[in-house]
Amino acid sequence: MSIHPVARLLAQRIALGLILLFAASILIFAGTQILPGDVAQSILGQSATPQSLANLRAELGLDQPAATRYLAWLTGALHGDLGTALTNGQDIATAMSQRLGNTLFLAGTAAVISVPLALILGLVSVRYRGRWPDKLISAVTLSTVSVPEFLLGYLAMFFLAVQHRIFPSVSTVYDSMGVLEKLHAIGLPVLVLVLVVLGHMMRMTRAAILNVMQSPYVETAELKGLRPFTIIARHALPNAIAPVVNVVMLNMAYLVVGVVVVEVVFVYPGMGQYLVDHVAKRDVPVVQACGLVFAAVYIGLNMLADLVAILANPRLRHPR
Amino acid sequence: MSRIPLSALIGLILTAAYFLAAIFASVIAPYGMAEVAGGVWEPMSSAHWLGTDSIGRDLLSRMIYGGQVTIFVATAATIVAFVTGALLGFVAAVSGGWVDQVLSRLVDLFMSIPALILALVILSVMPVTLPVLIAVMGLIESTRVFRLARAVAVDIAVMDYVEAARLRGEGLVWVIFREILPNALSPLVAEAGLRFIFMVLFISTLSFLGLGVQPPLADWGGIVKENKDGIVYGVPAALLPAVAIATLAISVNLVADWILNRTTSLKGGRG
Repeated sequence: MSIHPVARLLAQRIALGLILLFAASILIFAGTQILPGDVAQSILGQSATPQSLANLRAELGLDQPAATRYLAWLTGALHGDLGTALTNGQDIATAMSQRLGNTLFLAGTAAVISVPLALILGLVSVRYRGRWPDKLISAVTLSTVSVPEFLLGYLAMFFLAVQHRIFPSVSTVYDSMGVLEKLHAIGLPVLVLVLVVLGHMMRMTRAAILNVMQSPYVETAELKGLRPFTIIARHALPNAIAPVVNVVMLNMAYLVVGVVVVEVVFVYPGMGQYLVDHVAKRDVPVVQACGLVFAAVYIGLNMLADLVAILANPRLRHPR
Repeated sequence: MSRIPLSALIGLILTAAYFLAAIFASVIAPYGMAEVAGGVWEPMSSAHWLGTDSIGRDLLSRMIYGGQVTIFVATAATIVAFVTGALLGFVAAVSGGWVDQVLSRLVDLFMSIPALILALVILSVMPVTLPVLIAVMGLIESTRVFRLARAVAVDIAVMDYVEAARLRGEGLVWVIFREILPNALSPLVAEAGLRFIFMVLFISTLSFLGLGVQPPLADWGGIVKENKDGIVYGVPAALLPAVAIATLAISVNLVADWILNRTTSLKGGRG
């Protein structure tokens, strides 16, 4: 009887991810409940009447202990019931599913463009290391990572939407729009997201490949007289996959957060806009639900990065 | 202090200029912060060097006062992050055992949720005032400082002189402040620069989303938010604060890089 050691490691990592997600749900719930002061008071403000305070407390279930409320919320969330919004009484899960789809469409498009681009640019700068293509790529990506997302957003809007009218300045999408129309509508937010993650991803890809290319076995392969292509494909690539995949996954996780700001800049009907709107309205159930979904995606992507790393790197299969 | 490289010198001068402008804001700003001094979105002129904003306030004065708020909040939050993060990190490294386990796992948990999302969740029920903002940003960011401080201190805690101090009978406080802290200072200082930039971006992002510094006070993120509608009419007022954020971030980065290079060089870092 034996479970394959790799399978066991993978199972352990998945279990760790689930525990982390569970703990994160406690943290999100606690963050909105056990803070100093009363949630109902801070939602309604100082001028609230005692009657409306009591009504809201009953509606939020604040008369029950926090642990009971947490369990009820968690069981609901596991069954796909995220509760109803305080501000308009709508079912959160229904309102969210459409927006989650929009956000994944935006982030997915950005990922599809940025990942191959980052890998190609990384390879180009390794190939021309120290010469002008490398320096140019390096300078441009350094400046895109030092700039806040909303500046990139407004710069893009100012030059590409207002002065040259290539893309619309506001990214409204409907269900009835065709895919091409939708892609045109989200041109600017995708551009901004690509610029935000590209620099980081490309620099780390370059570092990972350089690291492998400098190792003794690549030199041996060169001295054996192998062709450069064979060296990269057979010797360098398998060992560069793990760090590169890791970088890609971490940047996808970063994309999930970057989306919040970019959606607000371009008024895109996604999860980020939904979260920010309802934080301002102090709509606690919606904020909790959004927080949980964002945390789940983030933890999931990080877990995926580790799983791929375990599969790609034999050294991680034998923990010391 | 033989030679400062050109990039670090530019960074130092720009950073110093921003800090001086923030400190002496009320002296150098040509108009008051909330003073309506002209028409809506006037272009740049000799009376208003950077033009006017969405309700006719002088943009240069707004930028200077906004810089004051931004830099003050970011500095205070960086201090909160470093005091809590470094202290807990040192305690974890020196104590080891279950204290280390509990603190480290708690930090893992906090870092498993993106900082911006966690801040939004907490700010949804807290009154948004400057002290609350500073505390929330500082505590969220202290998890990153904790990781670094613990990693640095773990290496120092096994040194002979720390062992000697313990055998002498010194307590936890002495070991942390007299043995560990002086030797862990230089990586922490370089990190402080990077954390400060992160705080500037963090508070600007929160204010831009309308969940940071509240009117009538304004910071750079808030000025972007007030003037963003001008963009579609071709008024670049909203781009100015964003440029200020970016140049401050780049110049502090240049200085931090230089410090990091000096302190981690193999030659002993004394240049």
